Amino acid sequence: MKILAISAALTAVLATGVAADTVVPSDVVYEDGAVAMSLSGKAGDAAAGEKIMNKGAGNCIACHQITSLDYLAFQGEIGPALDGAGDRWSEAELRGIVANAKVMFEGTMMPSFYRTEGFYRLGDAYTGKAHPGNPEPLLTAQQVEDVVAYLTTLTE
Amino acid sequence: SAFADADTDKLVINGEIDIITTTVAPAHLENVDTIYSGWHFRSDETQAFQMDDFDNPGMIGVEKASENWDTVDGSEGKSCASCHGEAESMAGVRAVYPKYNEEKGKVTTLAMEVNNCRTERMGAEKWKYTGGTMTDMVALISSVSRGMPVNVAIDGPAQSTWEQGKELYYARTGQLELSCANCHEDSYGMMIRADHLSQGQINGFPTYRLKNTKLNSAHARFKGCVRDTRAETYNPGSDEFIALELYVASRGNGLSVEGPSVRN
Ligand code: HEC
Ligand code: HEC
Ligand code: HEC
Repeated sequence: MKILAISAALTAVLATGVAADTVVPSDVVYEDGAVAMSLSGKAGDAAAGEKIMNKGAGNCIACHQITSLDYLAFQGEIGPALDGAGDRWSEAELRGIVANAKVMFEGTMMPSFYRTEGFYRLGDAYTGKAHPGNPEPLLTAQQVEDVVAYLTTLTE
Repeated sequence: SAFADADTDKLVINGEIDIITTTVAPAHLENVDTIYSGWHFRSDETQAFQMDDFDNPGMIGVEKASENWDTVDGSEGKSCASCHGEAESMAGVRAVYPKYNEEKGKVTTLAMEVNNCRTERMGAEKWKYTGGTMTDMVALISSVSRGMPVNVAIDGPAQSTWEQGKELYYARTGQLELSCANCHEDSYGMMIRADHLSQGQINGFPTYRLKNTKLNSAHARFKGCVRDTRAETYNPGSDEFIALELYVASRGNGLSVEGPSVRN
């Protein structure tokens, strides 16, 4: 029985491509808004993280300006410029902010990128239709790590 | 809100209709002192389209609706003109809608009034709520009120609907958890990606959008904004959007009716 259950779990893990040492969104532990351990169990890739800042999954520059990414047009003004974010915040704090900024900044406009529960009128992406159950997080565990790795390079 | 990067241009249509595009906020607004038409947040080129009806692409819809106004339709053999005379008789109507309708016992929108006349007074088919024919007609009815200040009632029998609309305005929806207020109250004047955020006023509706090259109804715009929060939207014409329309309209009490306006 036990072996069966484990192999079923393993199959599920392999099917969704989630590595065994990944922390699922509901298990992330926040301490003063920060998250100490890598969510994927692996180091982040700053170059991959830089790409996520642009349109698509992250779209961080919809709200933030980053001077060193000035090749990307139309950077938003809703949040603070991220220049120097790597000086202002530790890696653990940056991970917490990206995973769920609402823990660090209560009521913030910044979306929770690694959270899958507690939404009101959840839609199926941008279709306007209802989404049954919980959604995939906006970023995968590895993408969060990549973004965090990139943010730590933003020093002045 | 941090700063209102609204420009200080003046809007006069056809050299004769003065449009109030900036004024003191109505008393019920708690977090905003000054209200601005969305016109202020658009580029000079986009703004210019609205200064002369010959340049305003939304006026093509108004012309089409003028023909429909005079066209007999339905089992009763009547047109709008049969009962209402000239479309100019609608002057002032757009400024007070949505409005509580005694007979229906609920707040109704202009589009609902039009369909009510079609089905109950003309014996004609109703028009699709956000369809082109309806939106053109609402644009015609709006156009004859241009310059008049929006003045929707929020008390008396309209109050509970208004409160429902207010709740919807501040509700954070979808996976991005954003409310109308997050973008249009907390962040107007700022850029969100390529868009210069306005206060999301509806005094200019229907709006001709250069992006989709047609007149757009307020409910279609609401739907797009809610969808962009990765949320399940409400339907155009739903009780929720009627309530939201009343509430959003009331946030613009004091601005001139401007529709059909031009936006990007
Ligand atoms: C819808 C707007 C929005 C989006 C999208 C957004 N943020 Fe933010 N972010 C904010 C706001 C607003 C703040 C300020 C926190 C507050 O509310 O006090 C913030 C704060 C931050 C901070 C701390 C700022 C500092 O240096 O002090 C970081 C780091 C950050 N965001 C990173 C990101 C990253 C990375 C992404 C994309 C994966 C992102 N944000 C997407 C709105 C946004
Ligand atoms: C058979 C008569 C009749 C016809 C035909 C008719 N209406 Fe009406 N309409 C009325 C009456 C009666 C009212 C309610 C009393 C009033 O406000 O004038 C009304 C109300 C309205 C209102 C709300 C006005 C307000 O002040 O609140 C609008 C808008 C309207 N009609 C538009 C139209 C349009 C557009 C058409 C054609 C598509 C049309 N009507 C056709 C009789 C008619
Ligand atoms: C994620 C940000 C965002 C949210 C949330 C949002 N909007 Fe918008 N809205 C925009 C942008 C961007 C535009 C286009 C630029 C402008 O006029 O502000 C816009 C435009 C509008 C307009 C057109 C204004 C005009 O002058 O033509 C209206 C009306 C509007 N929004 C209402 C709403 C309402 C009501 C809600 C909530 C149900 C809402 N918006 C939620 C971003 C948003």
